[in-house]
Amino acid sequence: MDALLGPTGPWVGKGGALSTVALQKIRKQFGTTAVVQDVSLEVADGEVVALLGPSGSGKTTLLRLIAGFENADDGAILIDGQDVTQRSALERRCGMVFQHYALFPHLSAGENVAYGLASEKLGAAARHARVTEVLRLVDLAGYESRPVTALSGGQQQRVALARAIAPRPKVLLLDEPLSNLDPSLREHTRRELRDLVVSIGITTVLVTHEQEEAFDFADRIALLHRGRLEQIGRPESLYASPATPFVAGFVGRTSRLAAQAIAADGAGVLVQAAGVEWCATGDPAVRGDCLLLLRPEAVRFGVAGAAGKVVRRRFAGAMAYYAVELPGGDEVEVAESPDAARVGELVHLQPTGVGAHSFAAGS
Amino acid sequence: MLRRWLPLALLLVLGWLVVEPLALVAVDAVRENGTWTLSAVRAFFSEPNERLAAWNSVWLAVASVVLGACLGVPLALLTGLVDFPGRKLAGVLLALPAVLPPLVGVVAYLFLYGESGLFAHLVVAITGMEKAPWRFEGAGAVLLIHATTMYVYTYLLVRGALASFDPALLEAATSLGASRLRTFRTVILPLLRPAIGNGALLTALTSLASFSAPYVFGGGFRVLPTQLVSTRLNGDISVAMVETLVLVLLSLVALQLASRLGGPATRGAGKGIAPAPKQRRSKVGRIGYAVIAWLAVTWLLLPHLSLLIVSLVPNGAWNTTALPTAWTVKHYATLVTDPERWRPFGTSLWMAAVATAAAATLALAVAVVARDPRRRLSRWLERGLALPWAVPGTVYAIALATMFSRLQPVAGRFVLIGTLWLLPLAYLVRGLPVVGRALVVAIRSLDPSLDEAAASLGAGVWRNLATITLPLLGPALAGAAALAFVTGLGDFMTSVILYTYDTRPVSLEILGAIRDGDLGIAAAYGVVLTVLSAGAFLLSERGPRTA
Repeated sequence: MDALLGPTGPWVGKGGALSTVALQKIRKQFGTTAVVQDVSLEVADGEVVALLGPSGSGKTTLLRLIAGFENADDGAILIDGQDVTQRSALERRCGMVFQHYALFPHLSAGENVAYGLASEKLGAAARHARVTEVLRLVDLAGYESRPVTALSGGQQQRVALARAIAPRPKVLLLDEPLSNLDPSLREHTRRELRDLVVSIGITTVLVTHEQEEAFDFADRIALLHRGRLEQIGRPESLYASPATPFVAGFVGRTSRLAAQAIAADGAGVLVQAAGVEWCATGDPAVRGDCLLLLRPEAVRFGVAGAAGKVVRRRFAGAMAYYAVELPGGDEVEVAESPDAARVGELVHLQPTGVGAHSFAAGS
Repeated sequence: MLRRWLPLALLLVLGWLVVEPLALVAVDAVRENGTWTLSAVRAFFSEPNERLAAWNSVWLAVASVVLGACLGVPLALLTGLVDFPGRKLAGVLLALPAVLPPLVGVVAYLFLYGESGLFAHLVVAITGMEKAPWRFEGAGAVLLIHATTMYVYTYLLVRGALASFDPALLEAATSLGASRLRTFRTVILPLLRPAIGNGALLTALTSLASFSAPYVFGGGFRVLPTQLVSTRLNGDISVAMVETLVLVLLSLVALQLASRLGGPATRGAGKGIAPAPKQRRSKVGRIGYAVIAWLAVTWLLLPHLSLLIVSLVPNGAWNTTALPTAWTVKHYATLVTDPERWRPFGTSLWMAAVATAAAATLALAVAVVARDPRRRLSRWLERGLALPWAVPGTVYAIALATMFSRLQPVAGRFVLIGTLWLLPLAYLVRGLPVVGRALVVAIRSLDPSLDEAAASLGAGVWRNLATITLPLLGPALAGAAALAFVTGLGDFMTSVILYTYDTRPVSLEILGAIRDGDLGIAAAYGVVLTVLSAGAFLLSERGPRTA
């Protein structure tokens, strides 16, 4: 279980008011379909956690469960240690940025931002000051009276963010906040959004289906698959020690080979595949048939080792990716220098000692 | 070649069919015996009865708008936002009065509240009185009919607006701490304003044009449409023309006021999924809402139920009991087997069919030409299509009667009055806005790249039209044509002015049957028209096909 919950990082105990989110064995069904199954995870104060997964993995449902738009069938949701499972969305008051922003089209940018301030006992002047401050924070100073329908996609996104954070919520929830933006804008906006979230120190949960977005944005990533939490951890640890073949395949590229586990020691598992011995991560108790997943950097071309033929080459700047077909028909992808081989050439594959992951057969 | 002359030809046809008759009415109002004169205008404004009719039309329209909104908005919110047992069915049933032919609706009220209607029977049976102690007549009766049939415009438009609501808007308000009441006041209501405004406009125009209800139940209560028909029957043509013009003017004022009130619809960037009705209500609450909604459905559809009951009762067999004791399907059989009863029905069928086919062809041509909304030509063509919608049916009837009463081929005038062809022509003009609007909207919602794709694959204009555009417009065309068809089939207000004995349509036959005491036959006609209209309405609810 500890492995699933992942390491606790340096963000704990930053001082100030603690805002944490904890999900305990959350379960949710729509009709007969289980969309979220026994998901438990904790988000520390000020931490940014990304819920990552393919479509249908239950990540958006999980976010809506935290916000209170859906009710869990089972399990508990704690915000700041308080059980809010039975509380309505109105009582939870999570700041939320919707996928399509859900800006009120009949209100100006300023009125949208001020909307959540009404229930606070603020004077008109204080409210106006807060609106100005938050709009300045998202780099939209002076946009108070603009109709939101006249704003660009990126500006709408920032108004939505300003509206969400204006009432100083304990938790910020972002539902694919960048998916509606032009790809050319996305990376830049992602950086800005990340900087802003970090600078105000708000506990944040982000939903995304893009690995790159999750890697760049989040302190930790919770990878979901078919409603289950596959693994949670820092991007590096998800990449370096995937807990399941799905994680290995979803985070980064892999080639699959049937293998035999022959030995294990403290450093890892020794497996044999394609006539070569590989030092891989994995369960040391497994022996015999197993599955070997190789990252492109797990293999290099050498003078000896498994022989194969280059069938495709994909040029990617500093590197090229070579698809090498082994005698049995399996393909292995290799990252090498762009001039390392030509299509049709015979090559020999050697392990580099990193990027090999073994799993029990059938997992 | 086609591209150059087709738009021009369409403008000419629309000008001839839609604009010229109205212009002739305007001229006739100020021209008598070959000289220009304002005597008819003076006669109108000096006659207290005329002024009263105009005033009655105005206040009736305002009251119909207010009462219609008071019924339509809450019912739309109830069936659109609240979850209760039978919500979907109630939602559909509440929309049904939208297409019931006005005369049938009015006759149904006669069978419900009239002196020998369902209510009267009930009261007589319970109290033992000789007859019901009321007469269903006058301004109150007309207003009741207006409110309980015209609410449907506001209802449908608000339902439509709710369906295109982004549910995330409501969630956003909640996450920002807005209570249900505040969300309603600050988010839902402002976003519904255009729908409510447009509903008010439709109600006002329908009320101003309303002929059947004041004609049957008005008694001494006169409004402009009934007044101008009786003035014309009395032979005072010029004054009738002035009345016609005043009615047009009032409709234009309503149009102007509503465009201020409504404004363009504001839409979120959302995907347009209907908000899921709130599920988190107590059982008691759900049942309470269900009771309210179903009581409303029952009350609003009671007239049509009365129609059905009367159609199934032998003539003269229902006197002193609350509910009839004898039943028969004889009246329906008579409609088919008695040639004299079938004839008006057959006449209405072919006239409506011919008119609809012509209107659909014309509207399709206009839609194809006016596809680009930014061109000035498109806007003029669109206005031409929409004009008969804003102008009351009685006005068009009189205008067409004026236009086609003499031979003047240069001006496109022929003698059609007294022939078979004037009524279908009138139905065509009345059907144009119905089909036109639907087709223009549908063709503009088609992805332009479909045309480009067809062209890149070698399809010419005609092949593109036949294989891509028409099939995609099919559902919209079928639905709108069905609506136009039943509008013609049940038409009363233009028919009553333009019919001849040989082209006697079904609506006049219904009135005739009531006069002769053949209530069962009248009701059976009404039920058949109602069923056909409901079918057409359901057909028209299907939108255009999109990828």
